[in-house]
Amino acid sequence: MSLLIEWAGALFLLAGGFLCITGGVGLLRMPDFFSRVHAAGVTETLAAPLLLFGLMLQMEWSLELVKVLMILVFVLATNPTATQAMARATLTGGQKPLVDCTREKEGESSSNS
Amino acid sequence: MRDLFGVVMLFGVYSLLTAILFMDLDAVDVAFTEAAVGAGVTTVLLLSSLRLTRRWEAPPRHNPLVSLLVVGVTGAALVYATLDAPLLGDPSAPVHKHVAPHYLQLAAEEVGMPNIVTAVLASYRGYDTFGETLVIFTAGLAVLLLLGFPEARKSRVASSAIGDQVVLKVVVKLLIPLILLYALYVQFHGDFGAGGGFQAGVIFATGLILYDMVFGGAVARGVIPASWLPRLAALGVLIYGGVGLISMLAGKPFLDYSALSTDPVRGQHLGVLLVELGVGITVFSIVLSIFHALSGRKPQS
Repeated sequence: MSLLIEWAGALFLLAGGFLCITGGVGLLRMPDFFSRVHAAGVTETLAAPLLLFGLMLQMEWSLELVKVLMILVFVLATNPTATQAMARATLTGGQKPLVDCTREKEGESSSNS
Repeated sequence: MRDLFGVVMLFGVYSLLTAILFMDLDAVDVAFTEAAVGAGVTTVLLLSSLRLTRRWEAPPRHNPLVSLLVVGVTGAALVYATLDAPLLGDPSAPVHKHVAPHYLQLAAEEVGMPNIVTAVLASYRGYDTFGETLVIFTAGLAVLLLLGFPEARKSRVASSAIGDQVVLKVVVKLLIPLILLYALYVQFHGDFGAGGGFQAGVIFATGLILYDMVFGGAVARGVIPASWLPRLAALGVLIYGGVGLISMLAGKPFLDYSALSTDPVRGQHLGVLLVELGVGITVFSIVLSIFHALSGRKPQS
């Protein structure tokens, strides 16, 4: 049983690490602001809780476990909200999302202005 | 870098990295202060002052090479000075020989609290902390005198600074009680764990600043009226100084808390608790009133 939990924890840690890398790649490679925020949001919303949950599975039953659980709840509440608020502020600020890939040049020029 | 918004953000990142560095050096209380003050509330205050001025820095009139030369020479002098300093963690360094052994060995008996940092800060070095509280009080008053007391402006818009954000409102409403509760925990648990008046005051103010930003200034004013804040700041300093005066009246030196109770260790506990409360109230009200003073002004067009 403990071996199973340990392996599950390792799996969660690996999945979280993988999502961190994809989030970083997306942040660098995505064409416009909103898709970049989406990539960063995946890291914040899914990768960080996955990492924390994996850590919880690796830990002994103690007060530290409860503290990590509280951090997990806090992260789950704040990070998606921050991403949403940021994307919304950008939309209110006048930046339009890039809808069509063929109009990429147009979007680039409007984002620079 | 001409974009001051980016500069402010980089400053916040730098503060957070410094906090991690302090954490790595086992200075938990300092790391906590740096994270709360440097990365947290300073960023908000800088952004609010940026709103009043301009986002882009004017191009410099002088040659950038001159500044580079000054920074380079100063940095080289500092690096040269570190050559004479003892190595980090060297047990024979003068700083570890003077009073530190006394604090480490006798703080448990004399002050009787597990967190020696709080014992040193509030009891052994009570004068210094009193001075710091006075500095914060004076600095806050200076800012208020420069920007004008926020209660003088009635014409402030009732809506929030960032528009009507439904998701933010729900989440912030859930989080603010937790933030305030955590601030109180940091305030009154400072004897036992990391924390104390400075951090707690800043965290408490951050909770109310969040409320102000999301729900609008008029709603947040209903919680604590702006006219109270300068009085609260003065009250905090008065609590601190009053504890010192009580110990003087009891025939002990200024800020010797063992005079507060028949049992000296209990007196120390009570004194540290009261003094930290004074610090917390002053820091909280000064930070919040600086934010009010900055956010209450209309930006120049």
